[in-house]
Amino acid sequence: MNRSHSYMSHSLHGSDRLARGLGWFSIGLGLYKMLAPRKLTEPLGMEGFEPMVRACGAREIACGVGALSTNPSLALWSRVGGDAMDLAALAAALRDKHNPKKENVGVALAAVGAITALDLVCASRIKKRYAYQAGPTPDYSDRSGFPRPAEAMRGTAGDFETPRDMRAALPSPAKSPGERVTPTTRSPNG
Amino acid sequence: MKALCWHGKNDIRYETVPDPEIEDPRDAIINVSSCAICGSDLHLFHHFMPSMKSGDIVGHEFMGEVMEVGSEVKHLKVGDRVVVPFTITCGECDQCRRGNFSLCERSNRNKAMADKVFGHAGAGLFGYSHLTGGYAGGQAEYVRVPFADETHIQVPDTLTDEQVLFLGDIFPTGWQAAVQCDIEPTDTVVIWGAGPVGQFCVRSAVLLGAKQVIVIDNVPERLSMAQAGGAIPLNFDEESVLGRLNDLTHGKGPEKCIDAVGLESHVPRSPDSMYDRVKQSLWMENDRAHVLREMIYVCRPGGVLSIPGVYSGLVDKIPMGQLMNKALSVRSGQTHVRRWTDDLVRRIDEGQIDPSFVITHSVGLDEGPEMYNIFRNKQDGCVKVVLKP
Repeated sequence: MNRSHSYMSHSLHGSDRLARGLGWFSIGLGLYKMLAPRKLTEPLGMEGFEPMVRACGAREIACGVGALSTNPSLALWSRVGGDAMDLAALAAALRDKHNPKKENVGVALAAVGAITALDLVCASRIKKRYAYQAGPTPDYSDRSGFPRPAEAMRGTAGDFETPRDMRAALPSPAKSPGERVTPTTRSPNG
Repeated sequence: MKALCWHGKNDIRYETVPDPEIEDPRDAIINVSSCAICGSDLHLFHHFMPSMKSGDIVGHEFMGEVMEVGSEVKHLKVGDRVVVPFTITCGECDQCRRGNFSLCERSNRNKAMADKVFGHAGAGLFGYSHLTGGYAGGQAEYVRVPFADETHIQVPDTLTDEQVLFLGDIFPTGWQAAVQCDIEPTDTVVIWGAGPVGQFCVRSAVLLGAKQVIVIDNVPERLSMAQAGGAIPLNFDEESVLGRLNDLTHGKGPEKCIDAVGLESHVPRSPDSMYDRVKQSLWMENDRAHVLREMIYVCRPGGVLSIPGVYSGLVDKIPMGQLMNKALSVRSGQTHVRRWTDDLVRRIDEGQIDPSFVITHSVGLDEGPEMYNIFRNKQDGCVKVVLKP
């Protein structure tokens, strides 16, 4: 089997693998942000922002779980939105005159920028692949499966008798006018 | 030989695997001429069914020609053309003798494991996890069929593969779902899901004489196919399910409800669907039960709920109060395929129905992995995929 044939013979495409990788990365980063926020805020000169970093961690975990689900599209676009928020926060830290660690912030901005690009590429590809009901809407109004109009086929299997073990537990409530069922026994209290 | 193998979530591969061999004197080997992707294969694709192993051959809708038989096979010979039911049946145990073929007591070779999960195991199934026996599936060039004398449906040569292939699962499944409703000529039958099984539920309910048949979905081409078969289409994206059903039943609700969706029901913007999706993603429940809740709610008191849709394990927020107080009967189970197939072969042969109406895509087995994606996303008007090895 040649290589290209092997690739075409997989249901899992490159974008699916990338989505999966981003999902696990998101969960790992989210846990790190939740459990050790100071290890991020200190090198970035953003002390005091730990609650915000924890909240971002929770967001990362949610996006990561979504990216590992059967349809990762929404989660990946959520990651792109989250990336934009992170970039905005880092840009604000870079503009802060009193921040003594602007060099680190610059590195972080570049890293988040690269991941944003990756998220964007992955989300776009996944969106196209997972597009629900994409393509033309065919007309199946001639696919009855019956030799005659459906109305004429109603009750054609009238020769079929429901097996005893598959009869309804109660008489059909729609049976009109309905058989009157009388109690076979009455208790002294009626 | 070539086969479609499961390797994890969303990961089906077309690859080379060892040919099957006779392992028991009651086995037969089938040379597959046609097979199909079933909606319940998507539950494997999405890894909602436990106990799958990497490399398992998938597929349980298949047919072909007998190419080898074991020494104790009496009713099959090399060259016979057969459809293979997805439930493996010994034909001799207490359940098989009662016609409960999907509950065969001997065909699940992993019975001990299944007993632990289910209390008591059901039949072995082809290509549907190790919990149901770990048998290799039929999306392959060749398949080993255990208990071959019982696990086959002989079909006339005058009928094409496309006309008889679905006797192995979706046609009898739709038929049994309707039969379990014990349809009266005055009944309204509502079917959730216009996928392949839903389509056969519609035709079965019409043939069995229901007064009106309503099908609920949101995929336009599937609804138009159901309408062609005699159903009133109800698009849940465009109208209220409860309101429309009450309009069509003079405010009393349908007497008979069929869940042809199963564990992956989803309704955009429905709070309970979103709740289920989150819980399922976090492995806090196995199955999404929107359809079950809605059926219980809309069904007329004293009515019947028939559930051919596959469920795998635990579900949450089932309104038992409504179920109990409305005295609803619940009928479920895997399909007792062979119980219905002689009758259904006759109906196809007589021209009452041509099951090939449901096929929208027919491709080579090598294109199977990508067809899983297309079928899952309902792209390109895909309703039913047939694969040719």
